[in-house]
Amino acid sequence: MYLADSRTAPGVPDTAGRSPSPGRRAAVPATVLTLGTVSLVTDISSEMVTAVLPLYLVAELGLSPLGFGLLDGIHNGVGALVRLAGGRFADRGPGGHKAVAAAGYGLSALCKPLLLFAHGVPLIGAVLAADRTGKGLRTAPRDAMISLACDPTTRGRAFGVHRAMDTAGALIGPLIAFLVLRAAAGGYDAVFTVSGCTAALGVLILLLFVPGRTASPGHHSAPEGRAPLRAVARRPEVRRLTACAVLLGLTTVSDSFLYLTLQRRLDLSETWFPLLPLGTAGAFLLLAVPLGAVADRFGRRRLFLCGHLALLGAYGVLAAPLGGSPALLCLALALHGSFYAATDGVLAAAAADAVPEAVRGSGLAVVQTGQAAARFACSIAFGAAWAAWGDRTALEAAAAGLTVSAAASALLLRPSGSPENARSPQDTQSPKSAKGPAL
Amino acid sequence: MSRRSRLLILLTAVLVLGGVALAATLHAAGRAAEKDRARPGDPRVSSGEVALDAPGRSVFRNMAWGPHRDEIASVPASDPSGPRTSSGVRCLRFHTAGGTGICLQAVHGGLRDGYRAVVLDARLHELRHYDLAGIPTRARVSPGGRTVAWTVFVSGDSYAGTNFSTRTSVLDLRTWTLDRNLEDYRFFLDGRLHKAVDTNVWGVTFADDTHFYATVATGGRTHLVRGDRTARTLRSVHTNVECPSLSPDGTRIAYKKRVEGAPEDAPWRLYVLDLRTQRETPTAERRSIDDQAVWRDGRTLVYALPGDYGSDLWTVPADGSGSPRLTMAAALAPAFTG
Repeated sequence: MYLADSRTAPGVPDTAGRSPSPGRRAAVPATVLTLGTVSLVTDISSEMVTAVLPLYLVAELGLSPLGFGLLDGIHNGVGALVRLAGGRFADRGPGGHKAVAAAGYGLSALCKPLLLFAHGVPLIGAVLAADRTGKGLRTAPRDAMISLACDPTTRGRAFGVHRAMDTAGALIGPLIAFLVLRAAAGGYDAVFTVSGCTAALGVLILLLFVPGRTASPGHHSAPEGRAPLRAVARRPEVRRLTACAVLLGLTTVSDSFLYLTLQRRLDLSETWFPLLPLGTAGAFLLLAVPLGAVADRFGRRRLFLCGHLALLGAYGVLAAPLGGSPALLCLALALHGSFYAATDGVLAAAAADAVPEAVRGSGLAVVQTGQAAARFACSIAFGAAWAAWGDRTALEAAAAGLTVSAAASALLLRPSGSPENARSPQDTQSPKSAKGPAL
Repeated sequence: MSRRSRLLILLTAVLVLGGVALAATLHAAGRAAEKDRARPGDPRVSSGEVALDAPGRSVFRNMAWGPHRDEIASVPASDPSGPRTSSGVRCLRFHTAGGTGICLQAVHGGLRDGYRAVVLDARLHELRHYDLAGIPTRARVSPGGRTVAWTVFVSGDSYAGTNFSTRTSVLDLRTWTLDRNLEDYRFFLDGRLHKAVDTNVWGVTFADDTHFYATVATGGRTHLVRGDRTARTLRSVHTNVECPSLSPDGTRIAYKKRVEGAPEDAPWRLYVLDLRTQRETPTAERRSIDDQAVWRDGRTLVYALPGDYGSDLWTVPADGSGSPRLTMAAALAPAFTG
């Protein structure tokens, strides 16, 4: 059911009709939809647990959950290493992407029933860490598979479809958890069991319906040698994109801080606070596919930059003395959601443009890890700025920083006319197509 | 493998996994229903009026199975194992003093559950309610009954689900002004103004209507602070103090102390701090306590420990003598009237 032949026959529309003739929209490849389904199902599973975990710890186990936040830093560091390793191992041989992704999804799935037996803070912390390890492991190979499964001209839209399905799962998960707890008061074990079954289903869909070989044969005689991560990181294209992702990530304030600022600025009632992430997710869900398609026409890296302007707009709404109307709240969340829609899948698509197939997993891992590490550094710095100067000044500083980062990134990514700014040679597409992904 | 056989495998798996999920949910639902029926040997509970201004009563959350589970109930303080009178008001956390009650309760909504703090008069009628941002954990009323405080756990956004913080609010019942977050007060650590984003405040215990003690955590340490609502300040007075509880004469603080060498799961012991001499006295309770203890009188502490029904109440002398004793099974969040 899977054909990865756009590269074996460059420029020739393949049998699934994925290379679009101008003016016609190609169907999203089945593999992308399958991976989207896997992510949807897996996100339902993990967000079910996330939604009930605070209540479970406090109300059921009677634990003081304050210690958990302290572990986040360690988990983030381990997550970054695991992500790099995941990308690296996935590139090793035929079927590597699927194998590593399956290991990642499988590890997370195993963690759900383990929650039934972990009753203390250290054990639960360990299970959550293993869950995150699984997530770190699978991200790069999964994105590599998406990028390899679709035609380069529609990569932005393919990632948009995947991210939309992923976000839909994140929105459905808490609802299912709520329904289970409504049917069985205090039934946290039932929530974990249902979550485990859902996660197992996700792994099974991956194993059964995602093809093992996601790239053209022979691509593993890669020029990158034995240290692909280093070799990938040396590619000028990758360097520039990573530099931009890091620069922009360093000025991307974490969601929790943004919501906290939103609540303070607009003086939101306490009941509204837990609903703020839903606003962002809703906008992300609605805009991921259209903005992915825009990225394919307009240039992925250009849209990635523009997405950060949406974030800058959200900062502006929060920092400006505009009062506290509900319209501002909607505007801020819509901007925040469009920021994600214009950057999350789009960065993966742009990174795929810059990395040859043989090291696609490693390349995606390098770019995404750079971004994640930068965002983590930003949340620490922003926290310190918040404490020292107050929320408004901290946000103004972040906005100023983001402006500088965006300007620097625009310079870094500007079209210089050199071939580097086009797609990598392996991704040759029909020269007739005028709407390439290059900036 | 052919497409057909893969689809067959998927269908089988959906049926099996769906069956397991359904069975787990039904099992949990059956277990939940069981808790609505009283068990033989349970404390006797009957409906009746609970008055917060009647002297000599012990008021608490009844945890015994049956139709009155989780309701605020009372017994004579002199006969804690006697028959319980249950009010019909359901609370997760409760406290009363000076004829005022504070009840932190769950509100079951259409698509999600929420929480609110309800201020009750002496007949347990609602005076006002306030929506809460997170899961209730502590509640206190000032001795005069004119100020209340509560603490909730707030978890971060859904993508960073393990990041918790506390939020403590103080409400003045004469003016109905609410200080939503005590983190907005100025915090003086050893006399110096301290600003940090990792500050958490919890576990208020009142000295009078405007002064109180509480725990402030920052930089991985906890501090006992004395708070002043008029000056909007918190000033540290001691370290390694959580969930303080001020004695009726205002001279001692019972609290959870994190002790060296205790397992990470069970790190606390129940201590008493003399505020004049700063001397710490361990109580005879050797188990880890995760509760804000209550003074039954000037000599005795009451606190909750996990039990067969979720929680039992125990007592121990405050001066370090004696031994812990079970005073009430299937109960939580006690308070003593007049």
